This record gives sequence, structure tokens and C-alpha cells, in this order.
Amino acid sequence: MGESVQLLPRTRAGPDEPHRIDVEAVNTKEARALYKRRIPIYPKLVHGRWRTIKWIAMAVLLAIYYITPWIRWARGAGQPDQAVLVDFEHRRFYFFFIELWPQEVYYITGLLILAAVGLFLATALFGRVWCGYACPQTVWTDLYIHVERWIEGDRSARIRLDKAPWTLSKATKKISKHAVWIAIAAATGGAWVFYFADAPSLFRGLFTGAASPSAYLFVALLTFTTYTLAGTMREQVCTYLCPWPRIQAAMTDKDALSVTYRVDRGEPRGPHKKGDSWEGRGDCIDCNQCVAACPQGIDIRNGDQLECINCALCIDACDAIMARVGRPTGLIAYDTAANVQRRAHKERALWRFVRPRTILYAVVLTLVGVVMLTQLINRQTLNLDVVRDRSPPFVRLADGSIRNNYQLKIINMDPEPRTLSVSIAGVPGARLSMFGREGESERLTVNARADEVTTVRVHVTAPAGAVEGPDEVTFSLADPQSGSELAQSPAAFVGARP
Amino acid sequence: MAAPEDREIDAHSGRETTGHEWDGIKELDTPLPRWWLYIFYASIVVAIIYWVLMPAWPMVNGYTHGLLNFSDRRNVAADVRALETARAPQYERLRAASNEEVVADPQLREFAFAAGEAAFGDNCRTCHGAGGAGAPGFPSLADDVWIWGGTLADIEHTITVGVRSPHPEARQSMMPAFGRDQLLTRAQISDVTEHVLSLGPARARENPNATAAARGAAIYGEQCAACHGATGAGDRTLGAPSLVDDIWLYGGSRAEVRRQIELGRGGVMPNWDRRFDPAMIRALAVYVYALGGGEAAPPAAAPAGEGEGEGAPPQAPLR
Repeated sequence: MGESVQLLPRTRAGPDEPHRIDVEAVNTKEARALYKRRIPIYPKLVHGRWRTIKWIAMAVLLAIYYITPWIRWARGAGQPDQAVLVDFEHRRFYFFFIELWPQEVYYITGLLILAAVGLFLATALFGRVWCGYACPQTVWTDLYIHVERWIEGDRSARIRLDKAPWTLSKATKKISKHAVWIAIAAATGGAWVFYFADAPSLFRGLFTGAASPSAYLFVALLTFTTYTLAGTMREQVCTYLCPWPRIQAAMTDKDALSVTYRVDRGEPRGPHKKGDSWEGRGDCIDCNQCVAACPQGIDIRNGDQLECINCALCIDACDAIMARVGRPTGLIAYDTAANVQRRAHKERALWRFVRPRTILYAVVLTLVGVVMLTQLINRQTLNLDVVRDRSPPFVRLADGSIRNNYQLKIINMDPEPRTLSVSIAGVPGARLSMFGREGESERLTVNARADEVTTVRVHVTAPAGAVEGPDEVTFSLADPQSGSELAQSPAAFVGARP
Repeated sequence: MAAPEDREIDAHSGRETTGHEWDGIKELDTPLPRWWLYIFYASIVVAIIYWVLMPAWPMVNGYTHGLLNFSDRRNVAADVRALETARAPQYERLRAASNEEVVADPQLREFAFAAGEAAFGDNCRTCHGAGGAGAPGFPSLADDVWIWGGTLADIEHTITVGVRSPHPEARQSMMPAFGRDQLLTRAQISDVTEHVLSLGPARARENPNATAAARGAAIYGEQCAACHGATGAGDRTLGAPSLVDDIWLYGGSRAEVRRQIELGRGGVMPNWDRRFDPAMIRALAVYVYALGGGEAAPPAAAPAGEGEGEGAPPQAPLR
């Protein structure tokens, strides 16, 4: 952990102090410190390659988050025209040209597997690149720190302001900071609900009071969490709440990139005056710029730490100083644990991105991706599910023929209604009949409603003696005009053994 | 808690340990963040607010109701009322429509089927089985054999008045207990059993004795033909089941047929007009009809055996 608790000095009664007993005031304030206050962190603004990448990443990710629900996508009459929409009410998920039904939730599972394996691969290659650049906690915290810096000034100004007594100017600054924070938080929560309803109408509804209570509840909830997590908790989320810092220990290895202080080059560290020799000492001038820049409030020179999110801002801070004192940059840099070892043994640094672990992750990623893509390309918009009545298992009719009853669930994912011909294969001489239709026939014509599941009950009657035991049968849906088969489903036909 | 002097300071982190040790693994006594404590306090506050607003504490008589006066039981009752109100127009249409209109209208048909299915499960399934499968003494409703008629109107009427129920128009039929009441001797009952088994497809299974069956045919003509018909085709107006198919209410083995002649059992069905309004009875009738055996119109005549010589066992009808 970052800093240690100051413990009370311990004394023991010696033989030459007969009146002293060995006792301590255990309930003093210091000894009682079971709970630790958050010590504020004032990250200093740095400039450089990694800061620029982080700005770009932040802009892109926030743009994706805020703009996506507003993208329109024409799907035809009666269908939502929102490109990305999770429609809980009608149980549909729309993603551009893809429309998923609840039973196709395995696509979401596949996406989650892809995301997880992708994260593993990224971690094995580049360490905690997710934590440093893409995690919403990082992105929004970075944005909030930027707002703070914009209103209150950089690190030293903010420390001064916090120490200063309350004045009108200080109050103005603090109030405007929190107001902007809350505005951003409200926009975050507001954008979230647009993914679950038609964005333009919900946007109007939110302001006119016409939106549903749950929409307001979720806006309020996300406003609260964004404000709290990005504004006031920040690094506490990474250190105490998030499981990923713990899990990633299993994902990285000695060849994964990690923001590293090059001990071999930096030590022994110490202040350096201009013109002094660099002989016999390390490059680290102990300026603490890396500590001042760190949004997590740690010292990267202590090595790999759970608290470190690998945001690389200390690299920018150190590089600026190295350039100024005329030493090569990269005293703090993306490096691997293996290379630290090699350097300590005066060996050359090696970059091993192709390793059994990364190959495995890449293969799994490709496999899952190919399977999902194949599934998606071959996705049927017409499906048939057959549920056989279990009671009675079969019905013996007066003439000795045997009847089985089925529920056919015709899943028509098309926006158009369809007329379909139902037939059964596997029962010799089978006749189909339906409630509400006269007579029996080999084929039944049914209408499947558009974008819905149509359930029809079908009776299948086999002549006496035609079926002995349970038989495998196949129900088929075909186009009544062309006769081409569109969907089929296996089922069983149970007959009475004499 | 260990005494302070027993506390061990971990050399690496400079922090106290809790003093616990598991196979050499020690636990640091790391202080929790302060906000964690605040969340705990906030939870207590929320709990207190909840006590005030919502039903919470059991009392000697009843419980504290809370300021919001929330009640799940009342909400359920309101939901049920709302559902009934929403369904009322459909029930009204079902009540007003003729049987033909119900079958012809897909929407009304589906509504009636769904409503009937639920009511059947709660009220009828105990005897008639899931899906109307039937059981010995309780006729199957899924086949095409009907004791009292299989048109929608027949089924509706049977449900309304019941069988051997207290209803004045109840479906009544009474088969004598030929054995128990000593109307026939044991030998005569054996002969009639052989004759009945020879009437339909059961003869292939039970191989009735031709001589005994011939003796039994005479007794059948005197005692049974009035209701079951000379050929055994049955009579729905009297509730006499057909004896020429292989569907048996009390079982089709020799022993079971004989037992039924001895005892003349008849089941009882309640008149459901005491529990259901006409619309729900209509829905139940539609459900039973749709199980598969419903008849668009009653058969024009007895299915087989007309015109054949008396006593000659008719052939099983083949479709």
C-alpha cells in the first residue's frame, strides 16, 4: 500500500523502573484509526505523447457514447429507426442491420466472450492498457480532473486553494466546479437511457416530464454514480472497488508491457545541479514530477503496484524533465519485467509479443469471431419450434387410429407476414388437422404474423397400425407457391404398442 | 483482539498484522477507507426511512403499515381487477357470439381456448387429466368418442348441467348393476361379456368364446339393446356408450367389461353453472372441443351395423 500508518512508540517497563507499568492508552485517536480518510490527490498536468493519446482516446470514446443513440437506421414501417436500441418492452435488440430476439441472446454471450478474450490478449501484450486508456472510470475521472484544472488551476493552485480560508472567490470556484461535474454526470446518465428508447422522443420527454419514471430513475442513478465515482472517489474505485487490478495479475506475465521505472538507469537517484557530472550516479534527479503527475497518488519508482492504472502520464512527466536536463528520455517507459531483469544482468532488452499465451488468446479470439460471424451470416429469419403435447401422450380414436397433438411455434423475424405450408415426414399416411379448419389433409396452410411468434395447434393422425413405437418425425414449413422448404424441426410421434 | 505488545509489524509494508496466521500467511490490519464507513451509516439511515415509509415491524395485532400504506395484497387485487376489466369485452363477445361465430373468428377462438385452458387446469384436470387425457371412469376428452355428444353445443350443455348432478336437466343415464342386484346370473353375465367383446375390435384381443357369445346375444337383446342399440353402436341421447369401438370407459379387458356389467358404474360430473358464468363455460367448451375430438355436426346416423342381421357382430369401422 502507498503509505504506512504511523505507530505509537512502544516502551517496555524495565527492571530499573519499579513504578512504571507496561500500559498504553489504546483508545487514543491515533490507535483508533480503523478507518482511513481519503487523502486528496492533485495530479499535475503533463504534456507529451501519452497525454495526447489519452486526449484522443477520451474524445473518441465519449463521442461514441454520446452520439451512438442518435444515429438513425431505416428499417421500414412499424420498426424503430434507431441504429442501436435495446428494446426491453418489445424484447428486441437492434444493432444497425442486426435485429436480435431474446432467444438469440447467445450473440450477446459471444460478444462478451470476445470482449473478455480481447481484454486478456490486450493485457498479455500491453499490460493494463484498458485501465489506463479505455475504462469509463479512467475516461470520466480524466475529464473531471480536467474540469477541475480548468476552474481551479493546476496542482499547486489547487493545493493552495484547498488550504486557503473560505472566501467568495473560493466558493465560486468550488460551486462552479461541482456544477459542471453534475452537468456532465447528468449528461452521462441522460445519454445512457437513450440506448433503451427512441432517443429524440425520449429527449423531449425528459424535458417535458413525459418520460417514464424508470427513465428518470436511471438518469438520477447514473448522474449520482458518475458524480461520485469520477468526482469524489476516483482512485478509490480502482484500489478498493474494482476486481480487475486483482484479476489482471493472472493475465500479465513477465513479458507484458507495463509502465516501469528503469531502476538500472535511474539509481542511485539524487538532486542534480546543472553542470554537475552524471558519473557514478543514476539519471533520476528525484524531482518527484512523476509522483505529482500521477492521478493514482503513487510513486512509480516503487515498482509494479496494484494501484497503478498504467496511464503513462508519469512517462510524459519524466521525459519532459529528462529532455530539460539533457539526458535520454525513457527513464520511465513501457517495459517488461523480463527486460528489467535482463538489464540488471547487463543483457539486451527483448520484446516477446509472440508467446504461447498471446497465440492462444489470438486463436480463441479468431475462433469465436469466425463462429459468430458464420452464425450471423447464416441467421434464419424463419424458425420452427415444435412442442409435443405430453398429456395425453397419444390419443386412440374410435377407428383405432392414433393421434398426437403438437404446438407449432412459428417464429417469423421478418417485418412481413408470411403464408406457409406445414407438413410432416416420418409418419406413413399421416393426416394433419387444426381447430377451426374443416377436415384433414397432408398439408396445412397457416399464416405467420410479421415480426412475431405465431403458435398453432396441429393434430397429426396416423392410421391404425401404421405407427408402433415412438418415431422420429420432422415438421417442415414450406413456401406454398414454390414448395421450397424454409424451416424444419424434429419431433416425436408416439404410438401405442399393441 | 491481541494485546498491543503482541501486535506484529509486517516488515515489508510497515503495517500491523491482525495476529492471525494460516499456514504462514498473515493478514495485514489495513484500515478501511472512511467512505466505506459512511456507506454503512447511509444504509442504516435508509433502513430507518424504510421502516417509516413501508410495512416493517410485526406487532401483537397486525403490523406497522408505514406512511406509504403499501400493500402487496391490495396491489394484487387491483391488478386482478384491472385484468378482469381488460378482459371483460372479450368475454362479452364470447357470450354474445354463436358457436359457429366463435369457431370462425380466429381471435375469439384463441381467446376462448386460452381462457378455457386455464379454467380446465384448475377445475377439470383433477378427473379428466391434463389435456383431457382421461382415466378409467373419467372419459378422455381428446378422442373422438363422445358419450353425450361432441358438438360445441353438446359439450357446452354437458358442462352446464353436469352428469348425474343435482341440476334438473342433468345428463342422466343409469346402467343397472346386473350382478350386484342379481338381475342376471353369473353364467348369464359371462355370456353377455363374451358377446360384448365380440362386437368390436376387442375380439381380436380377447378371443371371445363363440358359443357363449351366441348365448349372450340373446340376453343382450333383452337387457342391453334398449340403450346400447342392437348392434352395440350406443345412443348419445341416452348417454349409452358405443360398444363397437375399442374405447372403454372402465377398461376393455374381459375382467373389466364383466365387472362393469356386474356393477353398472356411472360417474358424476358437477353442473358447472354453479361456478362459472355462461361465457366461461363457452370458453371451456371451446377448449374441450379443440383438444381434437370436437365434431362440427353430430353424426347423421349410427356409424355401422345398420341393417345387419340381429346378433351378427359388425365389423369394426375402418376409415
